[in-house]
Amino acid sequence: MSKNYYDPADLRKFGEITEWSEELGKKFFDYYGKVFEEGALSAREKSLIALAVSHVVKCPYCIDAYTKDGLQRGITKEEMMEAVHAGAAIESGATLVHGVQMMNKYKKLSM
Amino acid sequence: MLVKSLKARNIDLSNPKNQLEFLSNGIFKDGELPLFKDKIAETGKFPLKPKKLEILQINLGYMCNQTCSHCHVDAGPDRKEIMSVETMKQCLEVIRNTSAHTLDLTGGAPEMHPHFRWFVEEASKAGIRDFIVRSNLTIILANKKYHDLPEFFKKHNVHVVSSLPFYKRERTDKQRGSGVFDKSIRALQMLNEAGYGREGTGLRLDLVYNPAGAFLPTDQQVMENDFKKALKEDFDIVFDNLFAITNLPISRFLEYLIASENYEDYMYALVDAYNPAAVENVMCTNTISVSWDGWLYDCDFNQMLDLKVNSKIKHIGEYNEDLLNDRNIIISQHCYGCTAGAGSSCQGSVA
Repeated sequence: MSKNYYDPADLRKFGEITEWSEELGKKFFDYYGKVFEEGALSAREKSLIALAVSHVVKCPYCIDAYTKDGLQRGITKEEMMEAVHAGAAIESGATLVHGVQMMNKYKKLSM
Repeated sequence: MLVKSLKARNIDLSNPKNQLEFLSNGIFKDGELPLFKDKIAETGKFPLKPKKLEILQINLGYMCNQTCSHCHVDAGPDRKEIMSVETMKQCLEVIRNTSAHTLDLTGGAPEMHPHFRWFVEEASKAGIRDFIVRSNLTIILANKKYHDLPEFFKKHNVHVVSSLPFYKRERTDKQRGSGVFDKSIRALQMLNEAGYGREGTGLRLDLVYNPAGAFLPTDQQVMENDFKKALKEDFDIVFDNLFAITNLPISRFLEYLIASENYEDYMYALVDAYNPAAVENVMCTNTISVSWDGWLYDCDFNQMLDLKVNSKIKHIGEYNEDLLNDRNIIISQHCYGCTAGAGSSCQGSVA
């Protein structure tokens, strides 16, 4: 077994999760495949959303996969970086908006 | 950006035998990935046999004004191999009698051959339905003597197929060299001015897209729409079709894959995307490739790997279509490049 928690080669083995739970694994991959099909949003738009979320959830496998997916779709590096910033802005906003809670509590506790 | 060909650098990979050995070692030798012959055997496709001959592809030589980092021909200004007039005459004899409906001239930059224009004039007289010249575009601007190529192509009703790796400067120049994008754009505008790619002229201009890196092309139709929109909006350029071509792991692209430590991932991606439907129409089943020195191959890639046809007939001088059509096509692991996803050929996707 690898001494690192993350091994890039493990991404190729993702499909193997189905071996230990065929029904759930299959349902997941069917769902996953369907989500990324062309729909009301284009596959290209979904790829950029996936890239942004990959960063927010800090999944190195997903970052590898959706950087490559973006390159294949002709997505530019500027578009990719803007998507990452969109994710990062929401994530930092989610932290900062709790500042209001802090302010509320501060005010409530203060005379 | 590489400055010299593998051959000029005289490195191990410049020898096709070493490339073939590399493609059969490692992940393929220890069974981690299946050999191509075993993969096609699953659907009864081994040995791979030709269908009706449709395309005669002639390589006029490996000399080129560019040294693209992905080039499977290992072409460049330092390559001196060009077709002799005697071999050209043998080719013309075959062109006049072939049952193929498409003649496809390639290189290198075929226009750099000193007898290119004579050869095109003679070949066009044979009345082949579709006469393709693969042009790298920048050659049109490389020297004053090439500036009138669009008019020359038009005169002989040549179908121009041109490489443009991407519709943005950065990715194009990284693969093909600094300044290539701007020159390519200017050359495309000159072809448009001659009527190429414009509706109603009958002058066909197709573009070839191949990924600038260790990834596979996406859907050809989607890429074509993106290219058409960007080139029209940014440069007022029009063209007919886009061919999405997968980079095969040979020659300089193989060198890049190894040096960038992308080789294994790339081979996994090709094998994962293996599509049995693409095997049905893979181009070696309808093409004969002729090298600058007249040898015959199943495809341009096998030519670069020095895998001559498995037939009694091996040279243009003894060309016989019936005997050639009875051959087994020679395959190796590089063939996964033509069967991934929607498949890949010199005419783009096949499945």
